[in-house]
Amino acid sequence: MPHLHDIIYLLPEIILLLGALSLLMIGAFMRGEKIAPLAGGGGVKTTMKDEATIAVAANRKNWLLAGGAMLVIALALMASLPQTVPDGNEILSGMLRIDRFGHAVKIFILIGTGFSLLVGWRWLMRAKAAMFELPVLMLFAVIGMTQMVAANNLIVLFLGLELQNLALYVLASSQRESRRSSEAGLKYFVLGALSSGLLLYGMSLLYGFTGALNYDAIANNIATQNGGVMPYGILIGMIFIITGIGFKISAVPFHMWTPDVYEGAPTPITNFFAVVPKLAGFAVIMRLLVEVFGEFHVEAGQILVVLSMASMVVGSLAAINQRSIKRLMAYSAISHVGYGLIGLAGNNADAYAATLVYLGIYVPMTLGTFGCILAMTRGGKPLDELSDLAGLAKYHPWLAAALAVFMFSMAGIPPLAGFFAKFYIFRSAIDNNLIALAVVGVLSSVVSAYYYCRIIKLIYFDPPQAKGALDPLPREVAWVIGLTAMVILWFVLWPNGYIDWVRHAATDLWKGSE
Amino acid sequence: MMFDGGLLSLITFLPLLGIAVILVAPLFLRADVKATAPASGDAHHAHQPNHAPHHVSWKSDFPRWVALITSGLVFLLSLLLWTGFDATLPGFQFEENHQWIQALGLRYHAGIDGISLFFVLLSTLLTPICILASWRSVTMRVRDYMIAFLLLEIMMVGMFAALNIVTFYVFFEGVLIPMFLIVGIWGGERRVYAAFKFFLYTLTGSVLMLLAILAMIHNAGTSDMVELLGYSFPVHWQYILWLAFFAAFAVKVPMWPFHTWLPDAHVEAPTAGSVILAGVLLKMGGYGFLRFSIPMFPIASAEFAPFIFTLSVVAIIYTSLVALAQKDMKKLIAYSSVAHMGFVTIGLFTLSSQGVQGAVLQMISHGLVSGALFLCVGVVYDRLHTREIARYGGIVKVMPKYAAIFMLFTFASIGLPLTSGFVGEILILVGAYQIHIILAALAALGVILGAAYALSLYRRVIFGKLDKADLQDLWDVSRREIALFVPLVILVLWMGIYPQSFLSPMQASIDKLVENYHVAIAQAEPADFIVQHQWAKWQQKPVLSQDPMVVAAASLSQSSLAPSNLSQSNLSQSNLSQSNLSPSPTRLPLSASIIAKPTDQD
Repeated sequence: MPHLHDIIYLLPEIILLLGALSLLMIGAFMRGEKIAPLAGGGGVKTTMKDEATIAVAANRKNWLLAGGAMLVIALALMASLPQTVPDGNEILSGMLRIDRFGHAVKIFILIGTGFSLLVGWRWLMRAKAAMFELPVLMLFAVIGMTQMVAANNLIVLFLGLELQNLALYVLASSQRESRRSSEAGLKYFVLGALSSGLLLYGMSLLYGFTGALNYDAIANNIATQNGGVMPYGILIGMIFIITGIGFKISAVPFHMWTPDVYEGAPTPITNFFAVVPKLAGFAVIMRLLVEVFGEFHVEAGQILVVLSMASMVVGSLAAINQRSIKRLMAYSAISHVGYGLIGLAGNNADAYAATLVYLGIYVPMTLGTFGCILAMTRGGKPLDELSDLAGLAKYHPWLAAALAVFMFSMAGIPPLAGFFAKFYIFRSAIDNNLIALAVVGVLSSVVSAYYYCRIIKLIYFDPPQAKGALDPLPREVAWVIGLTAMVILWFVLWPNGYIDWVRHAATDLWKGSE
Repeated sequence: MMFDGGLLSLITFLPLLGIAVILVAPLFLRADVKATAPASGDAHHAHQPNHAPHHVSWKSDFPRWVALITSGLVFLLSLLLWTGFDATLPGFQFEENHQWIQALGLRYHAGIDGISLFFVLLSTLLTPICILASWRSVTMRVRDYMIAFLLLEIMMVGMFAALNIVTFYVFFEGVLIPMFLIVGIWGGERRVYAAFKFFLYTLTGSVLMLLAILAMIHNAGTSDMVELLGYSFPVHWQYILWLAFFAAFAVKVPMWPFHTWLPDAHVEAPTAGSVILAGVLLKMGGYGFLRFSIPMFPIASAEFAPFIFTLSVVAIIYTSLVALAQKDMKKLIAYSSVAHMGFVTIGLFTLSSQGVQGAVLQMISHGLVSGALFLCVGVVYDRLHTREIARYGGIVKVMPKYAAIFMLFTFASIGLPLTSGFVGEILILVGAYQIHIILAALAALGVILGAAYALSLYRRVIFGKLDKADLQDLWDVSRREIALFVPLVILVLWMGIYPQSFLSPMQASIDKLVENYHVAIAQAEPADFIVQHQWAKWQQKPVLSQDPMVVAAASLSQSSLAPSNLSQSNLSQSNLSQSNLSPSPTRLPLSASIIAKPTDQD
């Protein structure tokens, strides 16, 4: 057993996997589903009392599973916090790379998943969309993502990606009675499969022209081949790979699925989509750009500049006329992806650190905003029209204040955390002489400030709707909103620990490639 | 950390304590607040008249009192800055320098010099006045209102005291959040439109400034303003950076043609919002020119000065004419603000001691006077709920005290001697005269037009026949309202009668600013002046005469400087510039310096 000592570095993944499998077993064999009427073949009439007991049992089971999933995530998080790194950073014969960068992204992913589950579960229960499979699927998606982030081999990367994707397709269509949810799942599946195909094609080109699958071997091969002259096959392969991942992070022009999927999927799942897969996608593209395509940074930079500009402009312009807050958040997410890509267009550790800082601040902002969207229910019915927010401040002053904080932060107004994310990213753009990108970036941030302010206008300036107050907030949603709002507000006072930690992660990624 | 600092940090962040008290207090006062909630909560949009029966419990007034006491305390503390300020030093005082974001090399650095001192004082003075002015006129969501004003005070004071370019930006743009909410929530009918216009205009300008700031940090390798003031940027950078900063400050000042947000914002904002907007927020632009554009990009400033003069003269004449045609009191004062700020920008870019001093004085004076005028409008608006000038007339009969107060501030706005407006204007005109007589003449035309619209406003509102029935029932200013005006009246007269107590603390800082500017210009290569180089070549007119008028005329096209050495610039510049700059006649009392200056020119 040559790799036994490598197990220790896989502890988070192992916890996740064992947890997911045992939760799946518990879910499958624990009573609590509405199986009683079916067993009777329709002949036996269940009384109201039976129905009620079954519902309670189902309830309890669902809560148990979700709680179990959160526990598993918490354990995995604890296991990845020590950030132990092996010598040479590679384990399992160079299949996986364990470094501080991977750890940092993993921690973001775990935090994002845990909070999405926490904040959304009650909503799913109320909407009768909760199934015990959902937390388990989320765990599988997370396992896939942790593999993607740590992969040092194209096959491992693809396996992780597909594990993630399969889980996400099911999650998107999980609200079975809703046509829109099924539509979202199908759209996501078709376009996701297409993008996976593109990615795979790019990988095969890469393999064909270099004969290697491990990142460092490919990079070596590129560096030594033809005395430094690139075969076009590798370049085309890179373009296909960037395109494939561009789909996953919904960068323009590969963003078409995003608004529909965001709108159609159940809101807590949308929340999960908005936060977590983007992190993994960014981590993959960062690792590939540094460790595989280091030689191609000029060409990759051109592509990324175009993607970034297009995402920022389209994301901010298309959001202006949206009526559904979920669609608006989809376009807002697209524009944030554009800002994140600014950092990747710069070719050094500091620019990558800027992107990581941006993503890290994007997580609490998005979680908090979706917390507020999840709180928008009236009489148990979820709302997603923007006009439902009108006059929110009248009945829910704290919720309104928190949402205003998130919106101002997303617009990048100081002294909120979103400003520092944008400040860092624009700083990296200026330092790397990407002036045009920076100018487009700040101008589109003004455009996006318009629609963020429109939400603030709805909640503060407009008279309340006749339909009255929203339902009272579930306690855990209130806590998550409060926590994320505090993070956004207080970032200005204590930014150092976080920024330093992320910078170390980014420099570690760059050091590894040298 | 940020709070273990000295006086300046205390003044900046004390309102946070007030905000915390306002937020936490309901937990302890719950029963009382609930009992009186209808009095403060339900009157949606209905501005309650002054005499409406209002509630009794001091606890429903709790946010008002906390805000007033906090901001009053801040004002008293800021007086310590004035008394403790050493007027002989040109540099920054009360400095504080703490670690902030190490990774990005940002520090929390604050301090004030003679210029920022008075802007800090202006902010801390106007905030309690604003809170007192909204005592009865704001009845909806009082708690949020008071929090917004305290937040605004933090941002304003923090901005004027900032010595790190990034903290400056944080405060500069942070102002948008409370101001957007103040206009949008407590404003008039078209408040949403006005709030958005204000927000987006200002944001567009300031994000360009953000890029300029980043470029400066990239270039100079520091974000500290004291170090940046000593750094000389490459000339081609100066032009780009100057324009980016111009985008932010021209919107904020506002200069024509970027002023269109101002009338909307002023008209729709609540009275106190207008006061702060006119009193402090507009000054941020002028302060920015003074703190960044002029000292950090001197060559670009010299180059663009004629451009600034043109815009300012257009602003003065055009907006004065527009003001003449206004039917809405607030709109009229708003346009007059644009005209007055046109004077300020002329004064700043004359780059002479008098001009800059006049500009700073004019900014402070305008802060007090236009604030007071908006308060005057607020007084009658609270009673009659209209700002239409035609709805008033002859109210001197029912409101004699009000008429007297209004008169004083109208005169101050016109710039009558013995009021604060006079000193600033005359100094600016002296500075402008040194540049070119036509500039001074056009600016002086603005003074005449200013008198025309201000007096016509006063006549139409105060005098005339008292024939409207509802005007008969108006009542004169209350004690609370008088309390608002008293400090403003005192200051306006004080500045008008003995301006030296304001001029002397700022003297050293301004002299140093002007001197540094002229040294930088004298050291510059003639080829650096791209625009004017071309301009001079195109004109093909060598300037040889030493006649002062010709020199002045040439200096308009050659540079904004009075010294004639620029046309023959290669010759022994250093000693020329020394001899031109060191005498600093402005250290003399005001009257003496006005007389002394023209002879000093040649």
